[in-house]
Amino acid sequence: MKYTIIENRHLTGATWLMRLRGDTSGITRPGQFVNVAVDGCFLRRPISICDWDDSTILLAYDVVGEGTEKMSKMLPPQELDILCPLGNGFDISVPTERPVLLGGGIGTAPLYGLAKALMDKGIRPAVVLGFASKERAVLHDLFVDLGLPVYMATVDGSLGTKGFVTDAYKEAGLDADYFYACGPSPMLRALCDTMPISGQLSLETRMACGFGVCACCAIKTTNGPAGVCKKGPVFRKEELIWE
Amino acid sequence: MGMNRDLQVSLGSLTLKNPVIPASGCFGFGYVMAPYYDLNTLGAISVKGTTLDARFGNPLPRVAECPSGMINSVGLMNPGVDKVISDELPKLRDVYNGPIIANISGFSVDEYCETCRRMDGQPQVDILELNVSCPNVHGGGMAFGTSAENIAKVTSAVKKCTRTPLFVKLSPNVTDIVEMARAAEDAGADGLVCANTFLGMRIDLKTKRPVVANVMGGFSGPAVFPMALRMVYQVSRAVNIPVIGCGGVMSADDILEMMLAGAKAVEVGTANLLDPMACYNIVRELPAAMERYGIDSLSSIKPI
Repeated sequence: MKYTIIENRHLTGATWLMRLRGDTSGITRPGQFVNVAVDGCFLRRPISICDWDDSTILLAYDVVGEGTEKMSKMLPPQELDILCPLGNGFDISVPTERPVLLGGGIGTAPLYGLAKALMDKGIRPAVVLGFASKERAVLHDLFVDLGLPVYMATVDGSLGTKGFVTDAYKEAGLDADYFYACGPSPMLRALCDTMPISGQLSLETRMACGFGVCACCAIKTTNGPAGVCKKGPVFRKEELIWE
Repeated sequence: MGMNRDLQVSLGSLTLKNPVIPASGCFGFGYVMAPYYDLNTLGAISVKGTTLDARFGNPLPRVAECPSGMINSVGLMNPGVDKVISDELPKLRDVYNGPIIANISGFSVDEYCETCRRMDGQPQVDILELNVSCPNVHGGGMAFGTSAENIAKVTSAVKKCTRTPLFVKLSPNVTDIVEMARAAEDAGADGLVCANTFLGMRIDLKTKRPVVANVMGGFSGPAVFPMALRMVYQVSRAVNIPVIGCGGVMSADDILEMMLAGAKAVEVGTANLLDPMACYNIVRELPAAMERYGIDSLSSIKPI
């Protein structure tokens, strides 16, 4: 499907924000993603949906390689070929009164759409975000603007708790009854090892198709092999098998 | 307009409504693509490579991007032949009533035979595609496909215990693919698929490590089309059994080129991973491409 760039701006560090106009009617849950065709790159680039409304999608992405570098150079009103939406997204029907959202780096992006969806249900999550440094901290102001309690961790201690998301979560002394998380694999694994409560985690792997036919992104789960793109990217903590 | 041009082709004893077949490994077990378009648009479907026992396959990452192509090292992830028969094929049959090609891989002649024998009993399987060419497993797959003697051994053994038409999917990673093709034909193969992926690798300059965890993988995509086309040309002139072309096909024009090289039908692989509508679009664009090049019917194409 065709989507038109209406905004593409640098936030801070490696992070960019792109807003596109196009069909959003297929998006059913926060935490779904899009697969973006980039001219000059053979494979599409999977990017999580940060936020959406009835005619636009907001993507937050880090420039990490050739594809996202090319994306950062794109200008409105360029038209992009995008598969949208892909993946299962977060299940917000789980009964929870005091959920916590745990985001690491650019993994914070899909948690914004999730926070808004939870608030629409009358649930106010706490938000704990971790970044490499103050300069690399992104999107936290969006959660502050929603009026949510936001706790920060930076690896170098330049903002909030020195350490990781897990450290800031402990220090905040939150009495959470459920967690939703997205971030780098080591962070997600640490959460699975240390969180005493149940939760859902959005994974990131290298993908080819993005819609479940090539098996390039499959992981082991308690329900057998599962493509992160189709059966995920969101999995329940209890489903994941870490090796 | 040329919209009523004849797309029908025959593949041995089988008639296909058109030559477009999603290739094994690029279309899952088919039904996952049903939300995108009516699968009955397709000539046939070659489903995910199946082994006797369930396999997770290789560690991640399993994919490396290349200019005009990609490397995969999935390693035959599949739930095993019994689950494929009980769970996967019925789900495909619910949404698709055309020919099904079952792609079979193994690690010994006995294993190939047993898996093929179980598939052979399935009325919904129209062709057995013997995968002797998977580059991503050790001691199986391509180890069979790179030796004429082994191809003959596994082909004749499977022929003895099955009745379904048997097509052997050849490996391009050989010195002389014609020798492999003749070995399969002499051993009783009913057709050939030419060819599987090319062994390749990439190294990540930042980490100084191979991009795919399994070091090497199968290279596919439009970059391999000229090599696959050349192999189809060489093989189809050397044998008297039908050849399915496969390798880097992205468009209706590529289908026509493959058929002019001697292919009776054409498998489309990697294109499906870039665009879920790829095969549908190719089928839809075939009549206009035929009109453009003055081809009235695909079955009447005379190979060069």
